[in-house]
Order: sequence, then C-alpha cells, then structure tokens
Amino acid sequence: MTEATDLDVREGVDRETVEAVQNMGSYKYGWNTEIEMDYAPKGVNEDIVRLISAKNKEPEWMTEWRLEAYRRWVTMTEPKWAMLNYPVIDYQDQYYYARPKSMEEKPKSLDEVDPKLLATYDKLGIPLREQMILAGVEGAENAPAEGRKVAVDAVFDSVSLGTTFQDELAKAGVIFCSISEAIREHPELVKKYLGTVVPQSDNYFATLNSAVFSDGSFVYIPPGVKCPMELSTYFRINAENTGQFERTLIIADKGASVSYLEGCTAPKRDTTQLHAAVVELVILEDAEIKYSTVQNWFPGDENGKGGIYNFVTKRADCREARAKVMWTQVETGSAITWKYPSCILRGDESQGEFYSIAIANNWQQADTGTKMVHLGKNTRSRIVSKGISAGQAQNTYRGLVSMHPRATNSRNYTQCDSLLIGDKCGAHTVPYIEVKNNSSRVEHEATTSKVDDDQLFYCRSRGMDEEEAVALVVNGFCREVLQALPMEFAMEAQALVAISLEGSVG
Amino acid sequence: MSDLAVKPIDEVTPQVSGPPKAADALEARLAALDLPRDGFAVAARVDALARLRAMGLPAPRDEYWRYTDPRPFNAPEAQALPIVGGPESPLFAARDTLTLVFVDGVFDAAASDDPALDGVEITSLADAGAGHWAEDLYGTLEAAGQSPVRRPFAVLNTAAARDGLLIRVTGTPSKPVHVLHRRGTDAADAVWHHVIRVEAGAELTLLESGTIGARSNGVIEADLAPGAKLHHIAAKRANDPKVGLSHLFARVLDEASLKSFTLAVNGRQMRHEAVIDMVGDDAVAHVAAAVMGDGHVGPFHHDDTVFITHAGLRGESRQVFKKVLRNGATGVFQGKILVKQGAQKTDGYQISQALLLDEASQFLAKPELEIYADDVKCSHGSTTGAIDDEALFYLRSRGVPRDRAIVFLVLSFLADALAEVEDESLRDEINERLDAWLTDQPLN
Repeated sequence: MTEATDLDVREGVDRETVEAVQNMGSYKYGWNTEIEMDYAPKGVNEDIVRLISAKNKEPEWMTEWRLEAYRRWVTMTEPKWAMLNYPVIDYQDQYYYARPKSMEEKPKSLDEVDPKLLATYDKLGIPLREQMILAGVEGAENAPAEGRKVAVDAVFDSVSLGTTFQDELAKAGVIFCSISEAIREHPELVKKYLGTVVPQSDNYFATLNSAVFSDGSFVYIPPGVKCPMELSTYFRINAENTGQFERTLIIADKGASVSYLEGCTAPKRDTTQLHAAVVELVILEDAEIKYSTVQNWFPGDENGKGGIYNFVTKRADCREARAKVMWTQVETGSAITWKYPSCILRGDESQGEFYSIAIANNWQQADTGTKMVHLGKNTRSRIVSKGISAGQAQNTYRGLVSMHPRATNSRNYTQCDSLLIGDKCGAHTVPYIEVKNNSSRVEHEATTSKVDDDQLFYCRSRGMDEEEAVALVVNGFCREVLQALPMEFAMEAQALVAISLEGSVG
Repeated sequence: MSDLAVKPIDEVTPQVSGPPKAADALEARLAALDLPRDGFAVAARVDALARLRAMGLPAPRDEYWRYTDPRPFNAPEAQALPIVGGPESPLFAARDTLTLVFVDGVFDAAASDDPALDGVEITSLADAGAGHWAEDLYGTLEAAGQSPVRRPFAVLNTAAARDGLLIRVTGTPSKPVHVLHRRGTDAADAVWHHVIRVEAGAELTLLESGTIGARSNGVIEADLAPGAKLHHIAAKRANDPKVGLSHLFARVLDEASLKSFTLAVNGRQMRHEAVIDMVGDDAVAHVAAAVMGDGHVGPFHHDDTVFITHAGLRGESRQVFKKVLRNGATGVFQGKILVKQGAQKTDGYQISQALLLDEASQFLAKPELEIYADDVKCSHGSTTGAIDDEALFYLRSRGVPRDRAIVFLVLSFLADALAEVEDESLRDEINERLDAWLTDQPLN
C-alpha cells in the first residue's frame, strides 16, 4: 500500500478504505521478476511426472503414487457443470515444472537464496527475514506491542524457496516445511496422510495435481501443541505459460491447533495460466485448524485478457471427535475460479465453518462455495458467503449441506448474500441441501440485492465520491467475513475489496 | 418450430447421439406407445419426436434427475398399481363447476357436463381437427421450455398425447372448469395434454381432482395474454398409488397473473415441473404446493421442480413449497429463479420447507438463483427440521391432546402454501380435507 499521508481522511471514514480507493490504479502485483528459469519440456506425460519426481529427489513410492494418479487422469474428462465459460484448455501447452536456475542446488538457508527472488517477496510485502513484524499493515493497533510472528513458506513457480522460523517451530515440535522436503524427511507422516482427504482419483483437477504437483507446504502439529505462531505460505506464479500445482497437507494431531494463512499473486500477462492446487487438512480429536486465504492471482485485464485459471480442491477432514475447522477465503483474483473448500464432519461434535468473500469484476468468473458433509452426531456447520459482482463478471455460490442419517442432532446455518454492482453482471446461487434425519436442523437463506441507494446517498451527503461510497458499503456488506480473518489479513482484504471493484461504478 | 416439413412419423430418421443402449431404451419406450400419425398438430408432433430422439431419455446420473429416479418413467410399460382403500368423494365435487371427466387420460364426453359455457370455448384434443386455433400453440411453450434444461418426458408427451383439453378463455366464465380424473384399469398409462389460452383481460379457474393412471404424464401449456388471469388448483385423490409426471409450461404477458397450487397426499412417486416464462412487464406468477407423505401407506417420493424466468420489468414471482414427511418418505424440491438482463425491479421469492416427523424421512433441496439484473429483490430460504417441541408442549399444556396438537402444528406448517389459493372457499375446502386426512391417519 502506498503512503497516504497527504490524503484528506474524513471523520468516520476508514483510512484503509480511502487509501484503497486512492490506490485504484490496477492490479498491484502484476510485475514480473526477470530471472533465469529451468523448465521441463512443455506438456504432461509419464516422463514429465517422473522428471518432477526426480527433480524433487523423491523416493520410489512417491513416483509410483504420482504415476498412478497420472494414469487415472488420462481416463478422466474435465468437469463442465460449473457456471464458467472459458476456452478449451490445452493441457499439453503448459509447462509443468519451472524452477529458478539459482535453485538447482537447494540453498541451506534463506540467506543463500538469490537476492532477486527475495526481492520479489519483499516487493510483495511478504517478510521472509526472521524479523518481528508488526502485523504488516498500518492501523493494526490491536496487535500485541512486541509484534506477532508469522512463519512463511515461499513458493515461487514450482519450488519452495525456503521456510522461515523453522528452528523455533521445531522447538515446539511443529514441522513446517515444503512438501518436497517432507516427502524426503518425514515419509511416514506423508505416507500416512497424503491423499487420505483428497484421494488421487477425487476429481479431474485434483488428479492432475496428484500427478504433477511440484511443491507446496507441509505442516504437522503434534498432540496438544498450540502452534506458537501463525504459519503462512505465499505462492507466486512468475514464469509464463506455467501451471502451478501446489499441494498442501496440514495435520493437527489430537488437541493441537494452528492458524494458517495463504496468499497468492501472479504477474500480468496476456495469456492465461493454469493453477490447480490441492489442500488437505487432517484434524484429529479436539484439534483445530483455521485456514485463511487471500487469493489475488492476476484476474485478467479490463477486457478479459489473460488471468489465472484457478481450479482448486480444498478439503478438511474432521476425523475425530470435537475437531474443528474454519475456512476463510477472500477471492478477488483469477479470471476463472473453481473452488469449494469443504468440511467432512466425521467426528462426533466436530465443527466446520466457511466464511467467504468472492469478488468478480470486469470479465472474471467465479464458481465457488463449500460442502458441509455431516457424518458424526451433534456436528455443526456454518456458512457465510458474500458474493459481489461488477462489470461483466459472473459470480456463483455453489454449495452442499448434507446431513447423513447417523448425523443426529446436527445443525447447519447457511447465509448466501449477493451484491450486484451494475446491470451487466450476474450473481447466482446453487445450493444443494440433503437432509436425511429429522433431529438435525438445516437453515438456508439467500438474498440478492444491489448497493442500497439510501446508503450511497448518505455517504455522498457526507462528502464522499461515488467510488469511496461504494467501497464503504461493500466493506460493510462483507464485514462478517472480514471479522473472521486474522487481523493483518483482514486489513489487506478490506483494501483488496475496494481495489477489486475499481472502475465498477458509474 | 413448425418450419420443419411435415413428414409422416415413420419417415423421421432416428438421430440419437448417445450410446446405442440409451437409443434402444428410447425406441422401446416409443414402440410401446400408439403415436398419433395424422390430424391435429401433426407438425408439432413430428418435431417433438425428432427433438426427443436428439435428446434421449434421462439417465439416473443426469444432474436434473439427481434426486428422482427416472426409470419408472423410462420403462416401456406402466406397472400395475391397484387402488387401495375405499371410495372417497373427490374434492370440489360439491361445487358448481363445469366438470369434464377423463378416464385414463381419455376424455369421457358422456360422463361430463356439456362444455358450453359463456366466456370459454372448450374442445377435446381428440376431437380437434387440423386448423383448430390451438394448433399453432400446441407444443410451442413446451419446446420453448426445453432450454437450458431438457425435459424429455414433456417432449414425449407432445409427440404422444392423444387427448386433453383445448381451452380458450375470452371472458370470465361463471364457474370453474373442473377436470375430474378416473382410473379405468390398474396398469393405465395415461397421457394428456391441455392447451389453455387466456385472452386479454379474461380469467379462468381450473380445478383438477380424482384418480389418475397408475402411470401418468400430463402437460399443460398455458398462454396468458395481457391482463389475463389463471388460477390452477390440482388436488388428486389421496393415497392412490401412482407414478406420475406433470409439466406446466406457462407464458405470462404484461400484467397477467398465473397462480398454481398443488395438494398431494401420499401416492408413490410424483414429479411436478413448472416452467414459467414471465415475458411481459408487471407479470405475476405464484407456484405453491402442500405435500404430505407417509411411507407406511406406501413408498413415497415427491418432487417439485420449478423454473421461473423473469424477462419483463417489475415481475413478481413466489414459490412456496411445504412438505410433511414421515416413515421413510422423501421430499424433493428443485426451484430456480432466473432473472434475465434488463428484468429490473423483479421481486422473486422462494421458500421450501420440510417437516420431518421421524428419523427415516428425508428432504433434498436445490433452491437456485441465477440473476443478471442488478435492481432486483430476490431471496430464497430453505429449512428442514422436526416438530417444534416447545410448540407441542405449549399446546399440550393448554389441554390439547398430543394427536390433535400435532395436527394443529402440521396444518399451521402447511398454511403458508395454502394461502396461495386465492379463493377463500376453495382454500377452506382443502384445509378441511387436510384436517380430516390427518385425523383419520393419526401422525403419532
């Protein structure tokens, strides 16, 4: 965020909102880092799968696991049920592996990483130095005085550059490293949990990911441990025509808890790029994972050119009693979003929550939502989805709430609100509600509206211009979700909400 | 639609793109039917057959058949389902109506009233010849209702229906038109197709009651001119085992109003589809149903599938669906409001609720919104749950016996759907009948 010292901030208006509106230029993260890259040849086949596995120095069982997925994938067809319109993807016209040349020999610590790469993250505002950071954003006055620590795993195209605070985390018994490192260093954990939440054959994009994932993050929180700091992965797609396929696996053992943040950006390019990630969360008895995402991949330009095609499978398995998961997502980027972070509430009294803001502007299309599958008794879930459409964009909430016969005395509450800005965009709601026992209670509500004229009039009468007023109203519309984010993310998200709506008014 | 050159049906070449097995299933289904080959609307029938061959029958994995098994409707022959239970006087029997009797989907003129009535012109489809006013309309609303979702059984109906009513309303008839169904044989496979044209400013109340075939496929195409009104109330006899499909296709022009209400009590497997295109400005469409299913009376699966399209300005639509389910009964609701670009000031409302009286019953819902206009008010809600213990406790503490208290609670749950019946005396009659059914078949 640029300095806004010369801004005239009026009483009663969030400084962040004003700054965000001032900042409305274009996609902030659209620059590209000039760096020498190693590519695998274009396309995907068994040799490429073997090559990726070899590059990551994987054991044979992992190579076989990938090949099994690949062989499955070639028999599958791309799903077409989402309300998304995009040209046919040529899966053979993508690079499946791209690595900065300087990363050929994995640096022993972040100090050895090519400064150009580190500068990329610096420019993105991601702290890779093990410094005490004060919440990153101005206005974080509620943060503890000594600052908060966030450990970061930085993924650049196909490889992880490094992970901060590993020593300190190790003292607490927490494992936080790249998934490629985990496959080498902690094979027993990876073998035990990988693919148990999202199986290799789960869906077209997840199966492709299982075959070609290049890196991603791995987290293991041992029994009874409250992770001493927030963990974060920052994904950056830099190389052109490159698909990014990251795989994240987080395990919270009995009684453990962790808050995990994920951020994503990519340079501005005329051509579209593919991103197909898989995130698996395993939550055991009394454990808790809070997973927050600010997805800000390049959305394409105002004419719908370029942008990331984002096909993501995220699923949490509340495997044992009283396990708890909370997904919070702010989806502002990507030309195409296909993403349904889900909760399998298997353990009795387990809980799943899903808070989402999805903003689609210009020619963006988002089809996103969640699945709450209630299998255990006394399970609870809550869905709050806020969809905002502007420009020519299409925004769809798609969700499933399923109460199985055994999931007695369970509860679900779903609220899906859509806001339309302009008369050329679309807002859609496609919920599936399947209730197979009568002691559970399921409630679903959805509304669609436009930015309220009275609210706008009020803001205008206080001297705001129309864009400021809309940003303020939209932030109000999203507040339930913004409140669910960790504070530094909430600040960023609030600013993003305004930036994403740039040019949507008038 | 009728650009297609009229060819005898035998010359239309099958064009099936699906796997041969599916094509065989459709051909077997068609072979079991006696398709009309000439006379009224033959061009529309030829066109329908070609469309059906292009789309095929639904497979159990089709998204639109996610919650209802299409196989009983795909089978070439209807399964015999003898009527159980004693006689029951049909609803609306005591009213002054113009009663038209259908036996297994075939109009029975001898058992019916004289169809002559001021303000309405009625011909049976079987009697209509080429050049009848309804010929241009027959199949057109059905064909328009095939996008974006295909409804093959309605296409099959257009191709195969031999009877039905062609009703042209020019004024406000003094009494409702009442279609009374009777079952002739246990394995009756009844197919009927009504075409209703309500002219500008005219108004009709259409009642349906009685016992339909063991398997049935009924289509109503209703074309409402500006300012026209159609009240449609369907209440088939309770407890008759049947597998049935019905489609209501309606086109609603400026300031016209369509209100359709269905009452269903038990009956095996039913699916009602309403496809309403609100093309005019200030159009109104209300669709509602009150459904009670008890798995002990017989298997029960009831599906309401609604698709309302707002294309005009200031349209108002309401969908109110209430289902009371017990003993392994299944209720399904798939409802959609589509607001097209430019359909500003639309007011769309949709509620689907289920009251599950035991652990074995289930409710499966897919309430959808698809909105391309910004100045609209659209909302939907869906809830599923059991009888409210506090309400029950309150009634009991006031001295109401448990059985009676449950009847009260069920009736009050259904009341919002019944409120969609505009005519108070009709509403009261339905409510009394519901009360009587609930009292005869205690819920606990």
